[in-house]
Amino acid sequence: MRGAAVLAVAGRALMRWYVLSVCWLLSSVSWAIDPEPAFDDPVLEAQYQSLVHEVRCLVCQNETIADSNAQLAADLRREIRRMFAAGATRDEVVEFLVARYGEFVLYRPRLQPATWALWGAPVILLMIGGAVFVRVLRSRFSQSMAEDDTS
Amino acid sequence: MWRFLLPIGILVIIVGFFARGLTLNPGYVPSPLIGKPAPQYELPQLKDLSASVGSESYAGQVALVNVWATWCIECRHEHPFLIELSRTGGVPIYGLNWNDDRDTALAWLDTLGDPYVASAFDPTGEVAIDWGVYAAPETFLIGRDGTVLYKHISPMTPEVWAREFLPRIEAECGELPCSPLPDER
Repeated sequence: MRGAAVLAVAGRALMRWYVLSVCWLLSSVSWAIDPEPAFDDPVLEAQYQSLVHEVRCLVCQNETIADSNAQLAADLRREIRRMFAAGATRDEVVEFLVARYGEFVLYRPRLQPATWALWGAPVILLMIGGAVFVRVLRSRFSQSMAEDDTS
Repeated sequence: MWRFLLPIGILVIIVGFFARGLTLNPGYVPSPLIGKPAPQYELPQLKDLSASVGSESYAGQVALVNVWATWCIECRHEHPFLIELSRTGGVPIYGLNWNDDRDTALAWLDTLGDPYVASAFDPTGEVAIDWGVYAAPETFLIGRDGTVLYKHISPMTPEVWAREFLPRIEAECGELPCSPLPDER
């Protein structure tokens, strides 16, 4: 009886690991949204891939145009491929997109007056946190020193 | 004292940010084109592919450019009002038929009526990209000098027309209907 119960538990645990590992394997497979690589040239292809993964699809705003099936995303991918094929630089393509759709299309906002607060806030918050941390440490340290003195 | 005020102050700031951020409409992305020259284009007319229509068609005029498609449900909702505007609005409406099937689009205009002076046929969305279109229906108000005066996303309604469009049109041309600038044409 007891042996069977142990076996059942062990079997269930094994099964769980099996399912998890299959999920993990599947998750590492990526399906490209366009059937063919955009460019034969690996440098261009890398440049294209890195950009489309940073451009927001405005139809479904939490997806990049690399992930979205929306027609607009497909049209934008085609337009970006066309521009890269014509020799445009990354900055030129980004400028093209921002001029039409606004800064919101960029998942990584550019550093400019409107985004200073956005980029600066983490640094400032870290500094405030650091200052509080140091103060607390100091007061604890001096407290324990005081206690050592009295004892 | 600071011990209490500081956390409350931080809380107030955070609540302020949330109150603003959570009540904004994320579907509304302001167009960078407003106040800038409208994109130039020339496309085949939906109804007659051998003829063309584009920014030249309404040069010197105050005009509406309405982006529509038969797959766009809200476009159907705004259609009756566009028909009314084409009769009484006092400004010409130019259509931009976006990513659509031509036969379906022609059937749509046949059954629902055609409010447009002409519709440009843009099945690949190239011109729509230049206009920063992302959610039909979109309606652009173009000034006499070709500047984008306003952009409305979502269906045109009598309220939006009275609130956003009429004051801008009146500021642009005084009285309706608008006539072309005297020194043009």
